[in-house]
Amino acid sequence: MADAKKNSAENLLNARPAVINIGLEGFARDLAAQGVPVVHVEWSPPAGGDADLAKLLAKLGA
Amino acid sequence: MHRIDQANQEALRRMLAGEPILVDVIPAAKAIPSLKDRTILHAGPPIGWQYMCGPLQGAVAGIIVFERWAPDLASASLLADSGAIDFHPNHHFDAVGPMTGMTTKSQPVMVVENRTFGNRAYCTINEGLGKVMRFGGNDAEVLTRLAWIRDLLGPAMGAALRDKGGIRLKPLIARGLTMGDEMHQRNVACSGLFLRELAPALSRTVADRKTLAEILSFIGGNDQFFLNIAMVLGKAIMDPVRGIEGSSVVTAMSRNGTDFGIRVSATGDDWFVAPVEMPKGLYFPGFTAEDANPDIGDSTIVETIGLGGFATAAAPAVAGFVGAGAASEAANFTRAMAEITVGENPGWTIPALDYRGVPTGIDIRLVVETGIAPTINTGIAHKKPGVGQVGAGVVRAPIDCFKQALVALAARLGVT
Repeated sequence: MADAKKNSAENLLNARPAVINIGLEGFARDLAAQGVPVVHVEWSPPAGGDADLAKLLAKLGA
Repeated sequence: MHRIDQANQEALRRMLAGEPILVDVIPAAKAIPSLKDRTILHAGPPIGWQYMCGPLQGAVAGIIVFERWAPDLASASLLADSGAIDFHPNHHFDAVGPMTGMTTKSQPVMVVENRTFGNRAYCTINEGLGKVMRFGGNDAEVLTRLAWIRDLLGPAMGAALRDKGGIRLKPLIARGLTMGDEMHQRNVACSGLFLRELAPALSRTVADRKTLAEILSFIGGNDQFFLNIAMVLGKAIMDPVRGIEGSSVVTAMSRNGTDFGIRVSATGDDWFVAPVEMPKGLYFPGFTAEDANPDIGDSTIVETIGLGGFATAAAPAVAGFVGAGAASEAANFTRAMAEITVGENPGWTIPALDYRGVPTGIDIRLVVETGIAPTINTGIAHKKPGVGQVGAGVVRAPIDCFKQALVALAARLGVT
């Protein structure tokens, strides 16, 4: 088990990463510019981060 | 299932069950008895003369001269400013109008009857491209064309439609979507299909060959002729969706060049308005973004029923025309709109999306939650009165309208 974890950590550092980027697109663009495979997921907090509207949305079943 | 979801399923059911038929063309005063003398219906939510943008004021002055309420454009503007003219939104009279959306008593209006629910909706006839009143045009050329539409084209179309027994419109839309139309900035296919439907009846009912030739040439020469038909079809479909208790589905989106307004089923005929945005697009030679007027028109009723910007995947040619990117990106617009809608329309499918239906029934909750605003494909008017169209582009509905509507819906449902 310990060996498996060690191998996994080594792989993370030594293998070429593949990245899923969520939120700020700038990170994805920078990685892509360096040739790193990256998929960007457009995401923002519910209601653009407006806590009152987010609460209302939750109560309205969204 | 949450009560709002249940209400929205009923809204979607009504949208899909609608059966709009173009039955007639008659003078607006006959179609809409409450449309009185010295009353002008305009696009968008309510607005007073002093707050109207340039093209809207230009069109108002032009239509006043057309109706002979004033002898010239200068005195027409003074009359409008004096308070002697009543201004109301088309939407308050079961009507819609493109861009400036002028509707007055003597103009002929197309009548679409929703046979499923028995309601009727109205829209004027498309004037063609270039210098036209819907873009604020108001010179002699514009008024002469409007007179020809009033005196010859309107009565001829009415007679032909009565002779034919009306035209079912949903099949035309279904076919147009497979032929590259999205029914807002591209109506090439549907305009042709419509003319093919109407021409035999016109040939039976128009006795004078010269007039017949003019009418066929006018309709056949206007790639956007079907736009007004798609709009009035949309109004006829959406009106029965109004007033469903608890439904968060948008029943109308509309702009007057100053404000953008939406209506939501559960909140009835209340408008939720925010400042209108500027379209981003491409301009005709000689014009730039500096010349552009902000977003205007009732034509967003087509997006409300899942067409226009919501059906861009069906019309990759539009992506280039409105400056929205590569043709291959057209599908992304439709996919994004699927994130904010209740369902799809299985009767209106898009080949490029493996025959998925157009995204249908905008849910204000999903708009606010995701921050994805409805995408609208639109023409761009010059900001000065009387110039006309200067380009075409894409614009987003202001998210603030949807936030206001959400708060109002919550209040109505007793949710705090």
